[in-house]
Amino acid sequence: MEKHITLPLTEELARSLKAGDTVYLTGTIYTSRDAGHKRMCEALARGEALPFDPQDAVIYYVGPAPAKPGQVIGSAGPTTAGRMDAYAPTMMSVGARGMIGKGARLPEVVEAMKKYSGVYFGAIGGAGALLAKCIKSAELIAFEDLGAEALRKLYVEDMPLFVIIDSEGNNLYETGRADYLAQK
Amino acid sequence: MREISVNLITDVVERLCIEANTHLPGDVQCALESCRACEDGSIAQGVLDKIIENYNIADRENVPICQDTGMACVFLEIGQDVHFVGGDLREAVDEGVRRGYTNGYLRKSVVGDPVRRGNTGDNTPAMLYTEIVPGENVKITVGPKGFGSENMSAIRMFKPSAGLQGIKDFIIETVENAGPNPCPPMVVGVGIGGTFDKAALLAKKAIMRPLDVPNPDPFYADLEKEMLEKVNALGIGPQGFGGKTTAIGLNIETLPTHIAGMPCAININCHVTRHKTEVL
Repeated sequence: MEKHITLPLTEELARSLKAGDTVYLTGTIYTSRDAGHKRMCEALARGEALPFDPQDAVIYYVGPAPAKPGQVIGSAGPTTAGRMDAYAPTMMSVGARGMIGKGARLPEVVEAMKKYSGVYFGAIGGAGALLAKCIKSAELIAFEDLGAEALRKLYVEDMPLFVIIDSEGNNLYETGRADYLAQK
Repeated sequence: MREISVNLITDVVERLCIEANTHLPGDVQCALESCRACEDGSIAQGVLDKIIENYNIADRENVPICQDTGMACVFLEIGQDVHFVGGDLREAVDEGVRRGYTNGYLRKSVVGDPVRRGNTGDNTPAMLYTEIVPGENVKITVGPKGFGSENMSAIRMFKPSAGLQGIKDFIIETVENAGPNPCPPMVVGVGIGGTFDKAALLAKKAIMRPLDVPNPDPFYADLEKEMLEKVNALGIGPQGFGGKTTAIGLNIETLPTHIAGMPCAININCHVTRHKTEVL
Protein backbone atom coordinates (compact mmCIF):
# COMPACT_ATOMS: atom_id res chain seq x y z
CA MET A 1 0.00 0.00 0.00
CA GLU A 2 1.17 3.55 -0.71
CA LYS A 3 0.93 5.94 2.23
CA HIS A 4 1.85 9.58 2.81
CA ILE A 5 2.73 10.10 6.45
CA THR A 6 3.67 13.09 8.58
CA LEU A 7 5.80 12.87 11.72
CA PRO A 8 5.93 12.56 14.73
CA LEU A 9 5.84 8.77 14.59
CA THR A 10 3.23 8.24 17.29
CA GLU A 11 2.47 4.75 18.51
CA GLU A 12 -0.83 4.84 16.62
CA LEU A 13 0.84 5.85 13.34
CA ALA A 14 3.62 3.29 13.81
CA ARG A 15 1.14 0.48 14.35
CA SER A 16 -0.77 1.41 11.19
CA LEU A 17 2.29 0.80 8.99
CA LYS A 18 2.78 -2.68 7.56
CA ALA A 19 5.83 -4.43 6.07
CA GLY A 20 5.78 -3.91 2.30
CA ASP A 21 4.05 -0.51 2.44
CA THR A 22 5.52 2.21 0.26
CA VAL A 23 5.73 5.33 2.38
CA TYR A 24 6.35 8.99 1.54
CA LEU A 25 7.55 10.54 4.79
CA THR A 26 7.36 14.22 5.72
CA GLY A 27 8.71 15.81 8.89
CA THR A 28 11.75 16.27 11.10
CA ILE A 29 14.21 13.39 11.41
CA TYR A 30 17.68 13.03 12.97
CA THR A 31 20.83 11.54 11.43
CA SER A 32 23.18 9.24 13.28
CA ARG A 33 25.38 6.26 12.59
CA ASP A 34 28.04 4.21 14.40
CA ALA A 35 30.02 6.76 16.39
CA GLY A 36 26.99 8.98 17.17
CA HIS A 37 24.94 6.05 18.47
CA LYS A 38 27.82 4.98 20.69
CA ARG A 39 27.98 8.46 22.22
CA MET A 40 24.21 8.72 22.69
CA CYS A 41 23.96 5.34 24.39
CA GLU A 42 26.90 6.21 26.66
CA ALA A 43 25.14 9.48 27.56
CA LEU A 44 21.93 7.62 28.40
CA ALA A 45 23.90 5.15 30.54
CA ARG A 46 25.27 8.12 32.51
CA GLY A 47 21.72 9.40 32.96
CA GLU A 48 22.25 12.38 30.65
CA ALA A 49 19.79 13.75 28.09
CA LEU A 50 20.14 13.26 24.34
CA PRO A 51 20.86 16.24 22.03
CA PHE A 52 17.23 15.98 20.79
CA ASP A 53 13.89 14.85 22.19
CA PRO A 54 13.68 11.15 21.31
CA GLN A 55 9.95 10.76 21.92
CA ASP A 56 8.28 9.52 18.69
CA ALA A 57 11.46 10.43 16.77
CA VAL A 58 12.85 8.85 13.61
CA ILE A 59 16.60 8.31 13.18
CA TYR A 60 18.10 8.13 9.70
CA TYR A 61 21.25 6.01 9.53
CA VAL A 62 23.25 8.18 7.13
CA GLY A 63 26.60 9.87 6.75
CA PRO A 64 25.94 12.43 4.01
CA ALA A 65 28.42 13.77 1.50
CA PRO A 66 29.37 17.44 2.03
CA ALA A 67 27.00 20.03 0.53
CA LYS A 68 28.19 21.78 -2.61
CA PRO A 69 27.63 25.56 -2.63
CA GLY A 70 23.89 26.09 -3.02
CA GLN A 71 22.96 22.61 -1.79
CA VAL A 72 21.12 21.90 1.49
CA ILE A 73 23.09 18.68 1.91
CA GLY A 74 25.23 16.39 -0.24
CA SER A 75 24.14 12.94 -1.41
CA ALA A 76 22.48 11.19 1.50
CA GLY A 77 21.46 7.55 1.13
CA PRO A 78 21.15 5.02 3.97
CA THR A 79 24.00 3.08 5.53
CA THR A 80 23.87 -0.57 6.68
CA ALA A 81 21.53 -0.64 9.67
CA GLY A 82 22.94 -3.81 11.22
CA ARG A 83 25.88 -1.86 12.62
CA MET A 84 23.43 0.03 14.83
CA ASP A 85 21.78 -3.16 16.16
CA ALA A 86 23.77 -2.93 19.39
CA TYR A 87 22.24 0.49 20.10
CA ALA A 88 18.76 0.34 18.54
CA PRO A 89 16.90 -1.30 21.48
CA THR A 90 18.26 1.38 23.85
CA MET A 91 17.18 4.15 21.46
CA MET A 92 13.70 2.65 21.17
CA SER A 93 13.47 2.32 24.96
CA VAL A 94 13.62 6.13 25.25
CA GLY A 95 11.00 6.65 22.55
CA ALA A 96 12.88 6.85 19.25
CA ARG A 97 10.75 4.24 17.53
CA GLY A 98 11.54 4.97 13.87
CA MET A 99 14.69 3.88 12.03
CA ILE A 100 15.64 4.46 8.40
CA GLY A 101 18.41 2.35 6.89
CA LYS A 102 19.08 -0.67 4.73
CA GLY A 103 19.98 -4.30 5.33
CA ALA A 104 19.14 -7.03 7.82
CA ARG A 105 18.47 -6.55 11.56
CA LEU A 106 19.11 -8.91 14.46
CA PRO A 107 16.24 -10.74 16.19
CA GLU A 108 16.77 -8.68 19.38
CA VAL A 109 16.07 -5.49 17.41
CA VAL A 110 12.86 -6.99 16.04
CA GLU A 111 11.85 -8.01 19.57
CA ALA A 112 12.44 -4.44 20.77
CA MET A 113 10.36 -3.16 17.84
CA LYS A 114 7.46 -5.36 18.94
CA LYS A 115 7.84 -4.17 22.52
CA TYR A 116 8.07 -0.43 21.74
CA SER A 117 6.00 -0.32 18.50
CA GLY A 118 9.05 0.37 16.38
CA VAL A 119 9.21 0.68 12.60
CA TYR A 120 12.22 -0.06 10.40
CA PHE A 121 12.00 1.82 7.12
CA GLY A 122 14.22 1.07 4.15
CA ALA A 123 15.54 3.83 1.93
CA ILE A 124 17.11 2.75 -1.35
CA GLY A 125 20.79 2.11 -0.71
CA GLY A 126 22.95 3.83 -3.30
CA ALA A 127 20.30 6.39 -4.22
CA GLY A 128 21.98 9.24 -2.35
CA ALA A 129 21.51 11.91 -5.02
CA LEU A 130 17.77 11.22 -5.26
CA LEU A 131 17.22 11.07 -1.49
CA ALA A 132 19.10 14.36 -0.94
CA LYS A 133 16.43 16.08 -3.05
CA CYS A 134 13.80 15.28 -0.37
CA ILE A 135 15.86 17.00 2.34
CA LYS A 136 14.68 20.61 2.58
CA SER A 137 16.79 21.72 5.55
CA ALA A 138 19.74 20.39 7.50
CA GLU A 139 21.12 21.67 10.79
CA LEU A 140 24.10 20.30 12.68
CA ILE A 141 23.04 19.89 16.33
CA ALA A 142 25.79 17.81 18.00
CA PHE A 143 29.06 15.85 17.61
CA GLU A 144 30.49 18.21 14.99
CA ASP A 145 33.90 16.55 15.43
CA LEU A 146 32.51 13.36 13.86
CA GLY A 147 32.31 14.98 10.40
CA ALA A 148 29.97 12.96 8.18
CA GLU A 149 28.84 11.12 11.32
CA ALA A 150 27.74 14.29 13.17
CA LEU A 151 24.17 14.50 14.48
CA ARG A 152 21.98 16.49 12.11
CA LYS A 153 18.35 17.58 12.24
CA LEU A 154 16.74 17.27 8.82
CA TYR A 155 13.38 18.33 7.48
CA VAL A 156 12.28 15.96 4.73
CA GLU A 157 9.35 16.09 2.34
CA ASP A 158 7.88 13.00 0.71
CA MET A 159 10.97 10.91 1.33
CA PRO A 160 10.40 7.62 -0.55
CA LEU A 161 10.69 4.66 1.82
CA PHE A 162 9.55 1.08 2.23
CA VAL A 163 8.42 -0.46 5.51
CA ILE A 164 10.87 -3.36 5.87
CA ILE A 165 9.99 -4.51 9.39
CA ASP A 166 6.76 -3.41 11.08
CA SER A 167 5.76 -3.22 14.74
CA GLU A 168 4.44 -6.78 14.65
CA GLY A 169 7.78 -8.11 13.39
CA ASN A 170 6.69 -8.81 9.80
CA ASN A 171 9.70 -8.57 7.53
CA LEU A 172 9.66 -7.57 3.85
CA TYR A 173 13.08 -9.18 3.31
CA GLU A 174 11.49 -12.53 4.18
CA THR A 175 8.05 -12.12 2.63
CA GLY A 176 9.16 -10.28 -0.53
CA ARG A 177 11.65 -12.96 -1.46
CA ALA A 178 9.33 -15.83 -0.50
CA ASP A 179 6.49 -14.33 -2.56
CA TYR A 180 8.76 -13.95 -5.57
CA LEU A 181 10.08 -17.51 -5.33
CA ALA A 182 6.55 -18.88 -4.84
CA GLN A 183 5.33 -17.22 -8.06
CA LYS A 184 8.28 -18.37 -10.16
CA MET B 1 62.65 6.32 -21.78
CA ARG B 2 59.76 8.70 -21.16
CA GLU B 3 59.70 11.18 -18.32
CA ILE B 4 56.34 11.87 -16.66
CA SER B 5 55.90 14.52 -13.98
CA VAL B 6 54.16 13.25 -10.86
CA ASN B 7 52.14 16.49 -10.90
CA LEU B 8 50.34 15.12 -13.94
CA ILE B 9 49.47 11.98 -11.93
CA THR B 10 47.99 14.18 -9.19
CA ASP B 11 45.85 16.08 -11.71
CA VAL B 12 44.53 12.93 -13.35
CA VAL B 13 43.78 11.16 -10.05
CA GLU B 14 41.90 14.24 -8.81
CA ARG B 15 39.76 14.33 -11.95
CA LEU B 16 39.12 10.57 -11.99
CA CYS B 17 38.03 10.57 -8.31
CA ILE B 18 35.37 13.17 -9.08
CA GLU B 19 34.22 11.72 -12.41
CA ALA B 20 34.04 8.13 -11.14
CA ASN B 21 31.88 9.21 -8.22
CA THR B 22 29.42 11.29 -10.22
CA HIS B 23 29.01 9.46 -13.55
CA LEU B 24 28.05 5.78 -13.54
CA PRO B 25 29.84 3.78 -16.28
CA GLY B 26 27.75 3.08 -19.40
CA ASP B 27 27.97 -0.71 -19.05
CA VAL B 28 26.51 -0.55 -15.52
CA GLN B 29 23.70 1.77 -16.68
CA CYS B 30 22.91 -0.62 -19.53
CA ALA B 31 22.81 -3.63 -17.22
CA LEU B 32 20.46 -1.85 -14.80
CA GLU B 33 18.14 -0.74 -17.59
CA SER B 34 17.89 -4.19 -19.12
CA CYS B 35 17.19 -5.73 -15.69
CA ARG B 36 14.46 -3.13 -15.11
CA ALA B 37 12.83 -4.20 -18.37
CA CYS B 38 12.75 -7.83 -17.19
CA GLU B 39 11.32 -7.33 -13.68
CA ASP B 40 7.59 -7.83 -13.22
CA GLY B 41 7.07 -7.19 -9.48
CA SER B 42 5.90 -3.69 -8.63
CA ILE B 43 8.30 -3.19 -5.70
CA ALA B 44 11.30 -4.46 -7.74
CA GLN B 45 10.32 -2.22 -10.65
CA GLY B 46 9.88 0.77 -8.35
CA VAL B 47 13.29 0.25 -6.75
CA LEU B 48 15.05 -0.03 -10.12
CA ASP B 49 13.22 3.04 -11.44
CA LYS B 50 14.50 5.04 -8.47
CA ILE B 51 18.04 3.66 -8.92
CA ILE B 52 18.00 4.76 -12.58
CA GLU B 53 16.53 8.16 -11.67
CA ASN B 54 19.27 8.51 -9.05
CA TYR B 55 22.24 8.02 -11.38
CA ASN B 56 20.65 10.36 -13.91
CA ILE B 57 20.36 13.09 -11.25
CA ALA B 58 24.01 12.52 -10.23
CA ASP B 59 25.13 12.64 -13.87
CA ARG B 60 23.20 15.82 -14.63
CA GLU B 61 24.07 17.71 -11.45
CA ASN B 62 27.63 16.42 -10.97
CA VAL B 63 26.90 15.15 -7.46
CA PRO B 64 27.93 11.80 -5.95
CA ILE B 65 25.76 8.87 -7.06
CA CYS B 66 26.09 7.47 -3.53
CA GLN B 67 27.13 9.31 -0.36
CA ASP B 68 29.63 6.52 0.35
CA THR B 69 32.21 7.79 -2.10
CA GLY B 70 34.40 4.98 -0.89
CA MET B 71 38.04 4.32 -0.35
CA ALA B 72 39.92 5.46 -3.43
CA CYS B 73 41.33 2.31 -5.03
CA VAL B 74 43.94 3.51 -7.52
CA PHE B 75 45.43 1.10 -10.04
CA LEU B 76 48.57 2.18 -11.89
CA GLU B 77 49.85 0.14 -14.80
CA ILE B 78 53.27 1.63 -15.32
CA GLY B 79 55.23 1.07 -18.50
CA GLN B 80 58.74 -0.13 -17.67
CA ASP B 81 60.26 2.66 -19.78
CA VAL B 82 58.60 5.40 -17.73
CA HIS B 83 60.62 7.54 -15.35
CA PHE B 84 58.64 9.63 -12.85
CA VAL B 85 60.09 13.05 -12.07
CA GLY B 86 59.24 15.97 -9.82
CA GLY B 87 58.48 14.14 -6.58
CA ASP B 88 57.25 11.06 -4.79
CA LEU B 89 54.73 8.98 -6.78
CA ARG B 90 52.86 7.67 -3.73
CA GLU B 91 52.49 11.21 -2.35
CA ALA B 92 51.35 12.45 -5.79
CA VAL B 93 48.55 9.87 -5.87
CA ASP B 94 47.46 10.76 -2.32
CA GLU B 95 47.50 14.45 -3.22
CA GLY B 96 45.20 13.67 -6.16
CA VAL B 97 42.80 11.85 -3.82
CA ARG B 98 43.01 14.70 -1.28
CA ARG B 99 42.14 17.31 -3.93
CA GLY B 100 39.50 15.17 -5.61
CA TYR B 101 37.62 14.42 -2.41
CA THR B 102 37.90 18.02 -1.18
CA ASN B 103 37.24 19.92 -4.42
CA GLY B 104 34.59 17.42 -5.53
CA TYR B 105 32.61 17.59 -2.26
CA LEU B 106 33.02 13.85 -1.81
CA ARG B 107 32.66 12.19 1.58
CA LYS B 108 35.82 11.51 3.54
CA SER B 109 35.42 7.98 4.83
CA VAL B 110 38.93 6.86 5.78
CA VAL B 111 40.19 6.34 9.33
CA GLY B 112 43.92 6.50 9.96
CA ASP B 113 44.09 3.38 12.11
CA PRO B 114 41.88 0.29 11.78
CA VAL B 115 41.53 -0.27 15.54
CA ARG B 116 42.02 3.14 17.13
CA ARG B 117 40.03 4.83 14.30
CA GLY B 118 40.16 8.63 13.71
CA ASN B 119 39.11 10.13 10.35
CA THR B 120 42.07 11.35 8.29
CA GLY B 121 39.88 14.19 7.02
CA ASP B 122 40.86 14.00 3.35
CA ASN B 123 40.12 10.38 2.36
CA THR B 124 43.82 9.53 2.14
CA PRO B 125 45.66 7.28 1.89
CA ALA B 126 44.62 5.79 -1.45
CA MET B 127 44.60 2.02 -1.75
CA LEU B 128 47.37 1.97 -4.35
CA TYR B 129 48.04 -0.99 -6.63
CA THR B 130 50.97 -0.81 -9.05
CA GLU B 131 51.92 -3.14 -11.83
CA ILE B 132 54.90 -2.91 -14.18
CA VAL B 133 54.01 -3.57 -17.82
CA PRO B 134 55.93 -3.24 -21.11
CA GLY B 135 55.99 0.12 -22.89
CA GLU B 136 56.07 3.78 -21.87
CA ASN B 137 52.47 4.52 -21.01
CA VAL B 138 50.79 4.85 -17.62
CA LYS B 139 47.23 3.59 -17.26
CA ILE B 140 45.42 5.03 -14.26
CA THR B 141 42.15 3.57 -12.97
CA VAL B 142 40.29 4.98 -9.98
CA GLY B 143 37.62 2.70 -8.53
CA PRO B 144 35.96 4.20 -5.42
CA LYS B 145 34.87 1.29 -3.20
CA GLY B 146 32.01 1.58 -0.73
CA PHE B 147 32.05 -0.55 2.39
CA GLY B 148 28.42 -1.65 2.65
CA SER B 149 29.32 -4.13 -0.04
CA GLU B 150 33.02 -4.55 0.81
CA ASN B 151 31.98 -5.85 4.24
CA MET B 152 30.04 -8.72 2.62
CA SER B 153 33.10 -10.06 0.75
CA ALA B 154 34.78 -13.37 1.61
CA ILE B 155 37.88 -15.46 0.92
CA ARG B 156 38.47 -19.20 1.32
CA MET B 157 41.46 -21.49 0.80
CA PHE B 158 39.98 -24.60 -0.85
CA LYS B 159 41.58 -28.00 -1.15
CA PRO B 160 41.94 -28.85 -4.86
CA SER B 161 39.55 -31.78 -4.27
CA ALA B 162 36.73 -29.26 -3.67
CA GLY B 163 36.84 -28.70 -7.44
CA LEU B 164 34.59 -26.46 -9.47
CA GLN B 165 31.57 -27.39 -7.35
CA GLY B 166 33.31 -25.99 -4.26
CA ILE B 167 33.77 -22.64 -6.02
CA LYS B 168 30.17 -22.58 -7.22
CA ASP B 169 28.80 -23.33 -3.74
CA PHE B 170 31.04 -20.63 -2.21
CA ILE B 171 29.74 -17.99 -4.64
CA ILE B 172 26.12 -18.83 -3.80
CA GLU B 173 26.85 -18.99 -0.07
CA THR B 174 28.55 -15.58 -0.12
CA VAL B 175 25.73 -13.87 -2.04
CA GLU B 176 23.15 -15.55 0.22
CA ASN B 177 24.98 -14.31 3.34
CA ALA B 178 25.22 -10.81 1.86
CA GLY B 179 21.45 -10.73 1.33
CA PRO B 180 20.07 -7.19 1.39
CA ASN B 181 23.15 -5.61 3.02
CA PRO B 182 25.33 -4.70 0.00
CA CYS B 183 22.56 -2.69 -1.74
CA PRO B 184 21.52 -5.24 -4.37
CA PRO B 185 21.42 -5.53 -7.30
CA MET B 186 25.08 -6.23 -6.76
CA VAL B 187 28.14 -6.92 -8.88
CA VAL B 188 30.05 -10.06 -7.89
CA GLY B 189 33.80 -10.24 -8.47
CA VAL B 190 35.41 -13.68 -8.19
CA GLY B 191 39.15 -14.27 -8.01
CA ILE B 192 40.39 -17.85 -8.28
CA GLY B 193 44.01 -18.99 -7.95
CA GLY B 194 47.31 -17.30 -7.16
CA THR B 195 48.10 -16.95 -3.46
CA PHE B 196 45.86 -15.82 -0.56
CA ASP B 197 46.49 -12.14 -1.31
CA LYS B 198 46.48 -12.43 -5.11
CA ALA B 199 43.06 -14.11 -5.09
CA ALA B 200 41.63 -11.08 -3.27
CA LEU B 201 43.28 -8.70 -5.74
CA LEU B 202 41.84 -10.71 -8.65
CA ALA B 203 38.37 -10.40 -7.14
CA LYS B 204 38.80 -6.63 -6.90
CA LYS B 205 40.04 -6.48 -10.50
CA ALA B 206 37.02 -8.54 -11.55
CA ILE B 207 34.60 -5.83 -10.35
CA MET B 208 36.57 -3.22 -12.31
CA ARG B 209 36.07 -5.11 -15.60
CA PRO B 210 33.13 -3.80 -17.69
CA LEU B 211 30.03 -5.98 -17.31
CA ASP B 212 29.68 -6.42 -21.08
CA VAL B 213 33.18 -7.89 -21.46
CA PRO B 214 33.25 -11.61 -20.65
CA ASN B 215 36.33 -13.52 -19.51
CA PRO B 216 38.40 -14.27 -22.67
CA ASP B 217 38.60 -17.98 -21.73
CA PRO B 218 35.31 -19.60 -22.91
CA PHE B 219 35.35 -21.95 -19.88
CA TYR B 220 35.24 -19.01 -17.47
CA ALA B 221 32.94 -16.95 -19.71
CA ASP B 222 30.41 -19.81 -19.50
CA LEU B 223 30.94 -20.07 -15.74
CA GLU B 224 30.28 -16.33 -15.37
CA LYS B 225 26.99 -16.72 -17.24
CA GLU B 226 25.94 -19.84 -15.34
CA MET B 227 26.71 -18.36 -11.92
CA LEU B 228 24.98 -15.07 -12.69
CA GLU B 229 21.83 -17.05 -13.52
CA LYS B 230 22.16 -19.10 -10.33
CA VAL B 231 22.70 -15.99 -8.21
CA ASN B 232 19.62 -14.40 -9.74
CA ALA B 233 17.58 -17.53 -9.07
CA LEU B 234 18.04 -16.85 -5.33
CA GLY B 235 15.29 -14.23 -5.56
CA ILE B 236 16.92 -11.72 -3.20
CA GLY B 237 16.05 -9.04 -5.75
CA PRO B 238 16.59 -5.27 -5.86
CA GLN B 239 17.37 -4.05 -2.30
CA GLY B 240 16.52 -7.53 -1.02
CA PHE B 241 12.78 -7.00 -1.46
CA GLY B 242 12.44 -10.02 -3.79
CA GLY B 243 12.76 -10.21 -7.56
CA LYS B 244 14.75 -11.39 -10.54
CA THR B 245 17.66 -8.99 -10.23
CA THR B 246 19.97 -9.93 -7.36
CA ALA B 247 23.11 -9.22 -9.40
CA ILE B 248 23.66 -7.28 -12.62
CA GLY B 249 27.04 -8.84 -13.30
CA LEU B 250 29.44 -11.57 -12.22
CA ASN B 251 33.05 -11.43 -13.40
CA ILE B 252 35.74 -14.03 -12.80
CA GLU B 253 39.51 -13.51 -12.93
CA THR B 254 42.03 -16.30 -12.50
CA LEU B 255 45.74 -16.98 -12.03
CA PRO B 256 47.84 -20.16 -11.90
CA THR B 257 48.14 -21.53 -8.38
CA HIS B 258 49.99 -24.13 -6.25
CA ILE B 259 49.50 -27.91 -6.60
CA ALA B 260 48.22 -27.98 -3.00
CA GLY B 261 45.62 -25.24 -3.19
CA MET B 262 42.73 -23.40 -4.85
CA PRO B 263 42.24 -19.96 -3.26
CA CYS B 264 38.97 -18.24 -4.03
CA ALA B 265 38.00 -14.68 -3.09
CA ILE B 266 34.68 -12.99 -3.67
CA ASN B 267 34.50 -9.21 -3.69
CA ILE B 268 30.95 -7.91 -3.53
CA ASN B 269 30.07 -4.54 -5.01
CA CYS B 270 26.79 -2.62 -5.13
CA HIS B 271 24.82 -1.32 -8.11
CA VAL B 272 26.95 1.83 -7.90
CA THR B 273 29.96 0.02 -9.37
CA ARG B 274 32.30 2.87 -10.22
CA HIS B 275 35.55 3.04 -12.12
CA LYS B 276 37.16 5.49 -14.49
CA THR B 277 40.35 5.03 -16.49
CA GLU B 278 42.76 7.32 -18.29
CA VAL B 279 45.92 6.44 -20.20
CA LEU B 280 48.89 8.82 -20.23
